[in-house]
Amino acid sequence: MTATVAPQTGPPVTGQAERARRTRRRGRIIALLFVFPALLLLGALVVYPVLFSIGRSFFDASGTRFVGGDNYTEMFSDPATLKAIRNTVIWVLVAPTLLTGLGLILAVLVEKVRWATAFKLLLFLPMAVSFLAAGIIFRLAYDEDPHKGVLNAAVVTVHNAFKGTAEYPTARARTGQDLTAEKDGSYRTAANLGPGDTVNLGLVGVAPKDLPGGARPAYPAAQRRAAAGELSGVVYLDFTPGGGGRPGVVDRKESGLPRMKVEAVRADDGKTVASTSTAADGSFRFTGLAAGSYGVELPASNFAQPYQGVSWLGPALVTPAIIGAYLWIWTGFAMVLIGAGLAALPRDALEAARMDGANEWQIFRRITVPLLAPVLTVVFVTLVINVMKVFDLVYIIAPGPVQEDATVLATQMWLVSFGGGNNQGLGSALGVLLLVLVIPAMAFNVRRFRRSQR
Amino acid sequence: MMRRRTTLLTGCTALVLALGATACGGSGGPVSAGGGDKALSGQTVTVAGVWSGDELKSFQKVLDAFSAKTGAKTQFVSTGDNVSTVIGSKIEGGNAPDVVMVPQVGVLQQFAKSGWLKPLSKTTQQSVDSNFAPVWKNYGSVGGTLYGLYFKAADKSTVWYSPDALDQAGVKPPTTWADLLKAGHTVSDSGLAAFSIGGEDGWTLTDWFENIYLSQAGPEKYDALAAHKLPWTDASVVKALGTLGTLFKDKQLIAGGQKEALNTDFPGSVEKVFGPKPEAAMVYEGDFVAGVAHDQFGKTIGTDATFFPFPAVDGGTAPVVSGGDAAVVLKAGKNTTAGMKLLEYLATPEAAAVWAKEGGFLSPNKNLDLSSYSDDVTREIAKSLVGGGDSVRFDMSDQAPAAFGGTKGAGEWKILQDFLADPSDPKAAAAQLETAAAKAYKG
Repeated sequence: MTATVAPQTGPPVTGQAERARRTRRRGRIIALLFVFPALLLLGALVVYPVLFSIGRSFFDASGTRFVGGDNYTEMFSDPATLKAIRNTVIWVLVAPTLLTGLGLILAVLVEKVRWATAFKLLLFLPMAVSFLAAGIIFRLAYDEDPHKGVLNAAVVTVHNAFKGTAEYPTARARTGQDLTAEKDGSYRTAANLGPGDTVNLGLVGVAPKDLPGGARPAYPAAQRRAAAGELSGVVYLDFTPGGGGRPGVVDRKESGLPRMKVEAVRADDGKTVASTSTAADGSFRFTGLAAGSYGVELPASNFAQPYQGVSWLGPALVTPAIIGAYLWIWTGFAMVLIGAGLAALPRDALEAARMDGANEWQIFRRITVPLLAPVLTVVFVTLVINVMKVFDLVYIIAPGPVQEDATVLATQMWLVSFGGGNNQGLGSALGVLLLVLVIPAMAFNVRRFRRSQR
Repeated sequence: MMRRRTTLLTGCTALVLALGATACGGSGGPVSAGGGDKALSGQTVTVAGVWSGDELKSFQKVLDAFSAKTGAKTQFVSTGDNVSTVIGSKIEGGNAPDVVMVPQVGVLQQFAKSGWLKPLSKTTQQSVDSNFAPVWKNYGSVGGTLYGLYFKAADKSTVWYSPDALDQAGVKPPTTWADLLKAGHTVSDSGLAAFSIGGEDGWTLTDWFENIYLSQAGPEKYDALAAHKLPWTDASVVKALGTLGTLFKDKQLIAGGQKEALNTDFPGSVEKVFGPKPEAAMVYEGDFVAGVAHDQFGKTIGTDATFFPFPAVDGGTAPVVSGGDAAVVLKAGKNTTAGMKLLEYLATPEAAAVWAKEGGFLSPNKNLDLSSYSDDVTREIAKSLVGGGDSVRFDMSDQAPAAFGGTKGAGEWKILQDFLADPSDPKAAAAQLETAAAKAYKG
């Protein structure tokens, strides 16, 4: 504006200069008038709250007593805040990098496919889903129960395809009976049995509906004595439905447990010398055992717990899991922005490289990425700022017991100020910390904007 | 409170509702009715509360009965979950309701201390004295003045079970803690886990603890602990935690073990007993379990799902942990006299009977004829609640500052969840509870 003022050449033109100055002043007043509403809004909605928060952070929970830096010392001595800082650092390091990388790869690939627009649309769709809804979707997807969580359903299905499931995962022996539990999950009798002995092994904890089809009462088989030279017995469910059964005794209504693996273990060296499976009534027999004493073992494979899948929302994986949900939402955004940058790239540089015999990877590494660098930084920095204030996903996806393991600065700030803590002094201190952390990224972005405007 | 204790999803919706309520509160529409002596005709009483859906419909019937009697019009304003914030802003905005149904004793105290409440009239006081056990008067009083009338109560000392599962195992509902564990082991032998615990919601764990503590340590210590006059490191707390630990650490008793319990929310824990694929025989929580079992899983209360009172622990009396909604009158209301008349009406057995007939309601009013309840199970619960007399105690975590007793992922909720994960050291858990309590009660 000032550059347009003509150089003053001499005294005769004072009237003209006067007029110029007046126009200039009027210009300034008009400019101020135009800027004023924006300034007022910014002042009321940004500057004042920031200053107020800074001031508030020096007061206690009630807001009446000045406590100096106490809130800040309390903040840094609280393990929850430290964890929030640690998690925020993880988020800032991991999420924007992954997103920019993914966005870049997808943008480059999408350029080369035929249905590019449809593909882009598909990837961009999650942006249209609110964070709250996305959080609820992922909370369900990550659920540990394979019947609810789709991810664990997939993991468990794959796992079970390779490794079968055990017949009696819930069965166990009563304490104080013949069977003792070993460390590896198997059950074993005392090693004082020999050919000619009969042993009945009672287990409990199998619901009637979980019994294999064709299971028959064990009572008749339990009455049979072992023939000479054979070691026999029954494995049975030591529980009479409706109660009334005697522990340790094969009652009439009690069922045999079929297809249970049984092993004979030699007392001298602990070696398994024979192995068999129980019949429909739970009976088993070892024939042809050499004389000596043996123990009978029900190996752990009978009782292997079903595979439970991955505990996505456990303390260890909860932050990566939430970052995964965040990626789902934001990948499309990164891809579209980078794709726009890609479209604006000078084609001749790429053509020239191709003419010179560069392969696609070399073009990507040496031409595309360097030329795209400004766009990539803008995307990266925008995402950093965005990630710092991530709140909804963390708040919704993390279940109560692991909330502390997943907390980030923004959730911590809300929890401390409103979510039960009701200490807005401490909350303001957290807010100030967040502000301080965001400022470098902001300054960087503003500098970039200014440079690109020049 | 059942309402406050919502799952994640409903919690989120409730937040939205709460925001909506502040924006468009007062849209209830006046309801009028004819008949009665019409002493208050032409006046409108505004009532605010957290109720919505069926609860609101039933309460509206009570209000209609009041209108029919007095000729006053009534208007119900829903506050959403956060009563104190909504009422606070309404008072500041000069648009205060006359009567508020306050869902937590802590909020009632906060209102009274802020000087917002009018002491109850002589008539109401007299009916409170004659119709209610003194404990309800105490919970409605702050500093010796009676401000709140408990109209609706909840019983949080009910263990719900599937009669089929207990029959299958051949056990009878136990009456002592030791019997409860023994019955649990028998059920577990039968192939079904004994208990389903919704540990993902911290409040279910605080309720377990409160019942054990009330029965084991007695009402006096319970009151002292609730007011934090007794430190959480007290031997009685360690003992109660140890008792709770015997259950928590027993893999046979808990459906899926501790890890799965921590991964089960309250509706999920009900589903494990009353859902299509039962995994456990019993679930402990308040009377509202019946609602979930009936509405979500189609169980007939009384035959497919029923309850026994929380058993007595170590020779104490069986605990009755409770909660309730108290009616208070705001000084800032436009029509406080008529509001006071509404409270006089609510204090009568007649008003309680209106809602009792609709179901989903328990009245602490001991003069309410038990035959007013529409089903047997509710009648049983009401009997145990009223029969508890003066040994009834309010939910301790509801009385504590929210930072300690009511925050997801913090305070008592979080510490008891950690204790569920590793119940080996009750002393350490008690020390953690004391640290958290000291911090919260100070603020």
